[in-house]
Amino acid sequence: MIDKLLFGVGLASGLYLVRNLYTMLVVLPDEAAQGMIYRIMFFHIPSWWTCFLCFLIAGSASAYSITKKNFRADSLAVAVTEVGLAFTFVGLATGMIWAKIIWGIWWTWDARLTWAFITALTYAAYLMMRNMIPDPSERMRVSGALNVFSFASVVICYKAIDWWRTQHPAAVMSFRTGGGNIDPAMEGMTYHNFFAFILLCTVMVVVRLRQEETRREIEGLRRLAYAG
Amino acid sequence: MDQRNFTYMFYGFAAAWLILAIYVVSLVSRGRKLQDQLETLKRTLSQEKL
Repeated sequence: MIDKLLFGVGLASGLYLVRNLYTMLVVLPDEAAQGMIYRIMFFHIPSWWTCFLCFLIAGSASAYSITKKNFRADSLAVAVTEVGLAFTFVGLATGMIWAKIIWGIWWTWDARLTWAFITALTYAAYLMMRNMIPDPSERMRVSGALNVFSFASVVICYKAIDWWRTQHPAAVMSFRTGGGNIDPAMEGMTYHNFFAFILLCTVMVVVRLRQEETRREIEGLRRLAYAG
Repeated sequence: MDQRNFTYMFYGFAAAWLILAIYVVSLVSRGRKLQDQLETLKRTLSQEKL
């Protein structure tokens, strides 16, 4: 039943993404200053929102797992973090490609970009750290604490464009500026792709969560085998 | 500029899809490995009991 539901949601997200692709390529016009390259933003911005949402859920799940000693919440934290990291790489890669055309460079150590890079490194460190701690309770406690504190880097990354006005463009979405900085159709397209990413992300998280539960079961059986 | 603009837009879209596709493939292959490990372990334990 869950498999069928997962397949359905995955299919829906795929169709939604194809529909969005058609709208952004055929229906929406080129942007006046940037030309057609601005369409990368329909992947860049939603992928960052998706990974920020993933890291918020991961931090909350880690906090819950530490306080309640709940292994299922710990599994959720690792699943959401890993999927969030995949979306972080999408955000970084698409941003770099856009920057090559608009700024003439792939990368610069601007405040937002630097914090985005630090955020990616921090969450990658969280995932690597988990493999280095053999005891499950210790792993949940130590890596969970890192996950909770890592969310500070997400907040700084999100606010960096307000706190330090450097190379990265300022916020354009109406919920941050009050409106008038972006065409409503282009803003709507960004939200559409965000919803499609959320659907896709949900499927990935559930699949990864089940794997984490299987891995935990294997760990338990191995201990049983060695004890016997 | 327009041709370059189009090419890089294509690279951007391709990069986004490719990263997600690679992750999905890695998820599927890891899932299979875990299932195999679980089956092997269960079989070993049941044989030990016998």
